[in-house]
Amino acid sequence: MTGGFASAGRMHWGWFISLALLLILLPLGSDTHTPTLLAIWSLFALSLGLMWGYAGILSFGHAAYYGLGAYTYAITAMNTGESTAALILAVLVPGMVAAVVGAMMFYGRISDVYMGVITLVFALILNKFMGATAGEAYRIGSARLGGFNGIPAFPILNVPGDPSTQIYGTGLYYVVVVCLLGCYLIARWVLGSAFGRTLLGIRENEARVELLGYNAPAYKTAIFALTAAMAGLAGSLFANWAEIVTPSLFGLGQSVEVIIWVIAGGIGTLIGPVVGAVLLGMLKLLLGEQTLVDNSLVLGAILILVVLLLPRGLAPSLMAWRARHVVSGAGRSRSGGSRRRRPPPSGDSR
Amino acid sequence: MDYTAVVLLEIVYMIAFLVLTSAGLAVVFGMMRVINLAHGEFVMIGGYTTIACAKAGLNIYLAMLVISPLVVGLFGLIVERLVVRHLYGRMIDTMLATWGLSLLMVGLVTMIFGNTAVSVPAPIPGYQLGEFQMGGYNLFIIAVATLLVVCLWLVLRFTRLGLVARGAMQSADVASSLGYNPKMVYMWTFTAGAALSGLAGGVLAPLTGLLPSSGAAYIAKAFITVITGGAAVIVGTLSSSVIFGTINQLVSFGSTPVIGEIAMLALAVVLLRLMPQGITGRFFRNSA
Amino acid sequence: MSEPVVETRDLSMRFGGVLAVNNVNFTLRERELRCLIGPNGAGKSTLFKCLTGQHRVTHANGRIYIRGQDVTGWRPYEIVRLGVGIKTQVPSVMNGLTVWENLWLAARRIHGQHGTRREVERVVDELGLGAIVRREVGELSHGQRQIVELGLVLAQQPWLVLLDEPAAGITGAETERLIELIQRIQEAAAVVVVDHDMHFVRMLGGRVTVMHQGSILMEGDSNQVLNDARVREVYIGSRAK
Repeated sequence: MTGGFASAGRMHWGWFISLALLLILLPLGSDTHTPTLLAIWSLFALSLGLMWGYAGILSFGHAAYYGLGAYTYAITAMNTGESTAALILAVLVPGMVAAVVGAMMFYGRISDVYMGVITLVFALILNKFMGATAGEAYRIGSARLGGFNGIPAFPILNVPGDPSTQIYGTGLYYVVVVCLLGCYLIARWVLGSAFGRTLLGIRENEARVELLGYNAPAYKTAIFALTAAMAGLAGSLFANWAEIVTPSLFGLGQSVEVIIWVIAGGIGTLIGPVVGAVLLGMLKLLLGEQTLVDNSLVLGAILILVVLLLPRGLAPSLMAWRARHVVSGAGRSRSGGSRRRRPPPSGDSR
Repeated sequence: MDYTAVVLLEIVYMIAFLVLTSAGLAVVFGMMRVINLAHGEFVMIGGYTTIACAKAGLNIYLAMLVISPLVVGLFGLIVERLVVRHLYGRMIDTMLATWGLSLLMVGLVTMIFGNTAVSVPAPIPGYQLGEFQMGGYNLFIIAVATLLVVCLWLVLRFTRLGLVARGAMQSADVASSLGYNPKMVYMWTFTAGAALSGLAGGVLAPLTGLLPSSGAAYIAKAFITVITGGAAVIVGTLSSSVIFGTINQLVSFGSTPVIGEIAMLALAVVLLRLMPQGITGRFFRNSA
Repeated sequence: MSEPVVETRDLSMRFGGVLAVNNVNFTLRERELRCLIGPNGAGKSTLFKCLTGQHRVTHANGRIYIRGQDVTGWRPYEIVRLGVGIKTQVPSVMNGLTVWENLWLAARRIHGQHGTRREVERVVDELGLGAIVRREVGELSHGQRQIVELGLVLAQQPWLVLLDEPAAGITGAETERLIELIQRIQEAAAVVVVDHDMHFVRMLGGRVTVMHQGSILMEGDSNQVLNDARVREVYIGSRAK
């Protein structure tokens, strides 16, 4: 596993700028509808990958904040008639809710599978609740929650201060790309900071970090809230892409799907989750268009093969392959570690 | 008076339902720390097997109590040999692989049976309880669940097989020192868990129309029940089933089924917050 | 006489049916070296964990003071922040990080960005870790990991150091190095060493507190205590008669 401070905080400017250029120039050669969705999923996966790969916190219900972001955007936009406040709230609300949920879990010393259940349950509660809100009685301001059918027809993004100029299509694509690149930079910056390095320590041995005088639950709550805010941002962008929000955003499927993207792409890197989201997302979309073989079947088979043959996920495997076959400099060879080492149990496990 | 009886029956039924649908997952998680995310699909296949057999003219009780467990057990055996056995000790990888498995199974069943619901009528007619019309089949489900718990407890507590299984659960060395190959123990435990899931699917098949996607409905509740129950297979699952089943139904009766489910979920959070290692992590620590 | 660095008042801790620590009044002075010994089950590890905050102590259990501050019920990280360095029984280090990175985290809380680097270099020099400083701690030997953990303690420049079985898994020349190190630490900090190896304790010197069945059996100078008949009996059992 790429566990060191240096590799966590190192900014690969070459790759980053190449990728940024690719993303910026993409609309010249292709329709942006699907790439926008893939970029949104990438942002969502990136947020989970940041928390899981570097702080060792696996949330089974990260979709809760994705969905919260989407719903917050829709409800706020319907009530205010324009998007600026909606977007801001869509980032803040998931972040604040996550701060509360996270504090409750981390200060209560909950970890491992048990934390997985609590985070999953939280997402399911939202899923069930939103699914049951059909009818006139369930509304927030002028927004009807809509139950299973969700909330359609809310104002999409507009230029701040100018509600009549809407942002969609290629415009939305660029907004999403900027958000994705921006969050990537933020993630890198966090990882290179003392805060990020402490998180790495917590991932390795939470008890020891506490014995060094750090308030570990506070750190974990902070990263939990930050990544929830990022997921919320992704969710609000999704709301703009799909132009409808439904309870399935909080569902089990969405929660597990993002976990799969991160695992397949590679935990322990920032680019891995993005790769996973793009590849698996594209696969899912492509498979959905044909009827020869059931897409679930293919996806399932691919996942099983990936786990058995590429246990570290795609990105780390590719990096390891590159390290073996390309003559490298005086770098020490990192064992890389097998997936068995991640995520390690946090704190005192009984 | 009648109303109380109805409520009580519904509660017992809910508990039985949770026990049945969680048993397979509990055995596999409790004994081997394996999280089988395809558990719901094992249940689903058990259901399809029963329905297919019933439509082919076979006795439905034979189908649900014998054939379904055998078929799904066999399927579990194959899965264990091909996939799961390479991943012991790697909890995350197991989750990923079993999720892939669940997608694969859903896809397979969809291709074979199509996407329209199939069903089979309940073999036991309803009855009257005072002024309420009750489903008679629910009583059968309660009976099966009770029998299941009792048999499981007897096997784990009083047979050599159970002892070896419990020992292997503590550590592979225990099984070895008793003269048993731990890998075989794991294989048969996983198979048994699959068979239990198949049994649950078979027994629950007459309840509603079955779809390839029905598995998803089972996995979430089963997962929550098993984890909240804690490490002990029987006592843990039983205690969490009792608590969740009771709350779910009581609140449902007081308001709506959805609120009942939300109450159950919220309760899970509270319980885990109070008992971070599950119920049997705190109480009844050394039970089966 | 200076104010005690550590003081427990009527401290008791019960686990299940067992009274692991029974009304213990333990005192430690500034820059004093104290060895806490006793056979298995005597309560020394429990007492240690009460001092570090790893066992949650309430006022019902008694009181613990560190430099006059009532730290009863404090969490480990709060106690550490007072200036206490802790090394646990099982080497507890961050395996996936390098020696340098482990030390960096230890030093960073107290020093700023530049001070941290200097402090880490100082500790590396002092402990002779130069050769392995870029290695992942998980790949090191048990003895090396013990030293790294001591480095973590040193990097925080504590005035109270609590060491639980620092000599476990270390033999020969490394033991002497360890003893030297502990004596050097004592020049700036009060030290509590928990161990059940009488030989190591004898080499270390200082004052010794002997625990037995949850209470303090005897306390005094190293030579005096280790040669006492009662202490020997407690270790070997009543069969020594």
